Amino acid sequence: MSVKTLEIDGKAIAIEEGATILQAAKENGISIPTLCHLDGVSDVGACRLCLVEMEGSNKLLPACVTEVAEGMILHTKTPKLQNYQRMTVELLFAEGNHVCAVCVANGNCELQDMAITVGMDHSRFPYRFPDRPVDVSHEQFGIDHNRCILCTRCVRVCDEIEGAHVWDIAQRGEHCFIVSGLHQPWGEVDACTSCGKCVDACPTGAIFRKGSTTGEKERDRAKLEFLVTAREKRQWTR
Amino acid sequence: MDLANLIDVATAEQMRQKPLRVNCCTSTGCRAARSLEVMQNLEAAVEAEGLTDRVEVVGVGCMGFCGLGPLVQVEPSATLYDESHRSTALVEDLFYEGVKPAEATSIIGALNGGVTTALKGDLQHPFFARQKKVVREYSGRIDPERIEEYIAVGGYRALYKALFEMTPEEVVAEITKSGLRGRGGGGYPTGLKWATVAKMPAGQKYVICNGDEGDPGAFMDRSVLESDPHLILEGMAIAGYAVGANHGFIYVRAEYPLAIQRLQKAIQQAKKYGLLGTQIFDSHWDFKIDIRIGAGAFVCGEETALIQSVEGGRGNPRPRPPYPAQSGLWQCPTLINNVETFGNITPIVRNGSDWYAGIGTEKSKGTKIFALTGKIRNNGLIEVPMGITLREIVEEMGGGVPDGTVKAVQTGGPSGGCIPATLLDTPVAYDSLVEIGSMMGSGGMVVMDESTSMVEVAHFYMEFCREESCGKCIPCRAGTVQLHELLTRFLKKQATKADLEKLESLCQMVKETSLCGLGMSAPNPVLSTLRYFHEEYEALLQAPIYAVPAYAVPD
Amino acid sequence: MDKIRFATVWLAGCSGCHMSFLDLDEWLIDLAQQVDVVFSPVGSDIKDYPENVDVCLVEGGVANEDNLELLLKVRKHTKTLISFGDCAVTANVPAMRNMLGGAEEVLKRSYLELAEYTPQLPHEPGIVPELLEQVVPVHQVVPVEIYMPGCPPPADRIRATLEPLLRGEMPVMEGRDMIKFG
Repeated sequence: MSVKTLEIDGKAIAIEEGATILQAAKENGISIPTLCHLDGVSDVGACRLCLVEMEGSNKLLPACVTEVAEGMILHTKTPKLQNYQRMTVELLFAEGNHVCAVCVANGNCELQDMAITVGMDHSRFPYRFPDRPVDVSHEQFGIDHNRCILCTRCVRVCDEIEGAHVWDIAQRGEHCFIVSGLHQPWGEVDACTSCGKCVDACPTGAIFRKGSTTGEKERDRAKLEFLVTAREKRQWTR
Repeated sequence: MDLANLIDVATAEQMRQKPLRVNCCTSTGCRAARSLEVMQNLEAAVEAEGLTDRVEVVGVGCMGFCGLGPLVQVEPSATLYDESHRSTALVEDLFYEGVKPAEATSIIGALNGGVTTALKGDLQHPFFARQKKVVREYSGRIDPERIEEYIAVGGYRALYKALFEMTPEEVVAEITKSGLRGRGGGGYPTGLKWATVAKMPAGQKYVICNGDEGDPGAFMDRSVLESDPHLILEGMAIAGYAVGANHGFIYVRAEYPLAIQRLQKAIQQAKKYGLLGTQIFDSHWDFKIDIRIGAGAFVCGEETALIQSVEGGRGNPRPRPPYPAQSGLWQCPTLINNVETFGNITPIVRNGSDWYAGIGTEKSKGTKIFALTGKIRNNGLIEVPMGITLREIVEEMGGGVPDGTVKAVQTGGPSGGCIPATLLDTPVAYDSLVEIGSMMGSGGMVVMDESTSMVEVAHFYMEFCREESCGKCIPCRAGTVQLHELLTRFLKKQATKADLEKLESLCQMVKETSLCGLGMSAPNPVLSTLRYFHEEYEALLQAPIYAVPAYAVPD
Repeated sequence: MDKIRFATVWLAGCSGCHMSFLDLDEWLIDLAQQVDVVFSPVGSDIKDYPENVDVCLVEGGVANEDNLELLLKVRKHTKTLISFGDCAVTANVPAMRNMLGGAEEVLKRSYLELAEYTPQLPHEPGIVPELLEQVVPVHQVVPVEIYMPGCPPPADRIRATLEPLLRGEMPVMEGRDMIKFG
């Protein structure tokens, strides 16, 4: 196995041939923002957040799909990259309907975290407010297209790991959406094994387990009764 | 089939051809202007005038002057010229423009001494005279639906030459020496691409011809495919031999039904003659060509998206590297060139690289076909030597703007830019056009006059990119939407100075961060109009509705 | 030195941000000593937005003509305008009506389609402010100096934003504690 040496953000790095810039950075504690990358499935280079600058080249390189090469001198945190990363995240927020306050993933969302990482305190781009549907036809899961950032992690995890290929992309450009089966309601797609890998892969609250949304809060009715008995009969245990 | 057979076919065809050919364009443009009726009437008139023994009506491909179709050309065949058959009036080619079906009869009548009402065109006009035809040499002169006509003008001789007189390495070297660069727009050196594929380890390799021409206003490839399909087949076969591929695909967009139909016919005919398929020219070399039809996505003109589409997948681009030359169709080394690029191969092999390198400029060799459209007198297809200036094309060949002056010339479609009239003396070459913020592109050339709003132009192209973005990467999918909306604000006179700054920075971002060429080049029409017509953007700005205390905004 | 003239306004929002502001508890007393509260739905009884305001917290998106009018006035008379909470920064929940289309669609949906008794569209010019076509964040109407997201922004975040301003410095709006949405 041959080894390549390179430099990322001033740090000298040696790594096996065939590794990506992202792997090299990660191994050496250098964080590069990503959204469409998911360990274990193929990379598509779509979110463009992991772009890095290479000395001697005026093209930005996607770290997730670019293999290391001998003598590369890379920068991951230049003002230009940071500006572009923030614009990218702003474009994502403006494109969908990302209302953190009413989202199942609030506090547990990679998009929300990414906004913090890139220092986005507001979007300079006007929100688009697209009219997007929610599909809760599946017994256990739901997909809210308002929150989808089209990272295609669900598509890849279902295809490459579960082997079911329930998901794919329909339409193009701004009209793109994640489609289940042959554009059927998710619950009617026979291929779905209900394995839940897409739920785990989804970076936002787009694909979720039912029962976890704000509107589906499980109500503990017995608690009221307990409180009443506790007060009236001084029974403090349930 | 061997060389002797090929020559036999050519000779037989030359013998069969009648001394006078009345060529009637049957390509899409002229068809739309009822050229098929014209042709029927011509044929009937030949019959009626009793000229069937010495006159034949031939449905040919595009002659180029599409703005004034249907076009009819009466051609005394130089090779078969026979004094006894000579019509007294006929000393040179006769050329008619805008022929109405009713006028067709009189054109034939004129051959017999009558008078025709059809509008006579001038082949000495710069529109024709300034052209240098390499790829389109036989376009509009042969029947694209008969392989014999192609063979009669020397067709498939270059393939024979490559197969039997040259090694694959020599073919690649010849293409390299010619200086040919990709005609799809990018201008990548063709020889280098071929050499890369050729040097990949032997095994399954593919050749793909990119006929997914999609730029608004561009129809060069359609015309070549409709007019001379065998030229492309031969070029692809030579490419296959040179790089070690035995299977080729032509990817044509579904909007080109006539091109598809003619290609299908051409492939069948070539197979029948043993010029495609197995044991070509009785050698041990096989090469087959299949057609793949696009489903209406502009992005499929991008090579990696096109490859995915050929594979039967969704036409999404993927990051490069690996380049198709290393890992393309079904992960095999794949040579992918544009229609016009393949159209140059046969002439180069036939006439030699020195001949080809003698045409054009230092870094841009050969000719380029342009679809000249917009506010211009002479609309149509022209093939010009590289190095010709835009002014020569627009003012001399195109005849300038009908009533007014040229304001700008748009080249390169949605990926290109608007060149202001002040820069019309720029020579047409890959580097010089990039330098002034546009690009060669695939050959669309739209002329705009003083009445054109450049912000509207930018808005139009951005709308196109917005609709055609595949949606895979964020900058292109969401960035083009925001850019389009920003430009809409300008048109509605709602934009502020802050919007102008936002427009500029977002253009830069989309350009630098998009995944494929579509996104990377989508801002070009905006950037070039910002560069040359900044005042038009500024004129649309409006004062903000809010007041801010003078001391308010920090930095 | 004069005291800082401080204001808060409430546009299209749930007032949760103001509740969070009240969560500052005893620090409010410190604040009150350092500023003059010149306008606030929770801290003052003045009905007209005054002139020469130094700092203003603006809660809520811009949803109707009244919001718009007040915001333009606020901008005109305020040195440092803070977009206060997710509704001000993103238009947030109030803007979920935008997905229905324009104002008319929203009114029809609310007052006709969903009405059980006497369905009619409200229209009282001069009394009930007309809806704007879309609910938009504050910075889409006027420039904003500081963005403080959060639904609501926690009291600590509000304090961390205001404290530097009281010292005449700009707060650093970075990191999870300062700019997390939701």
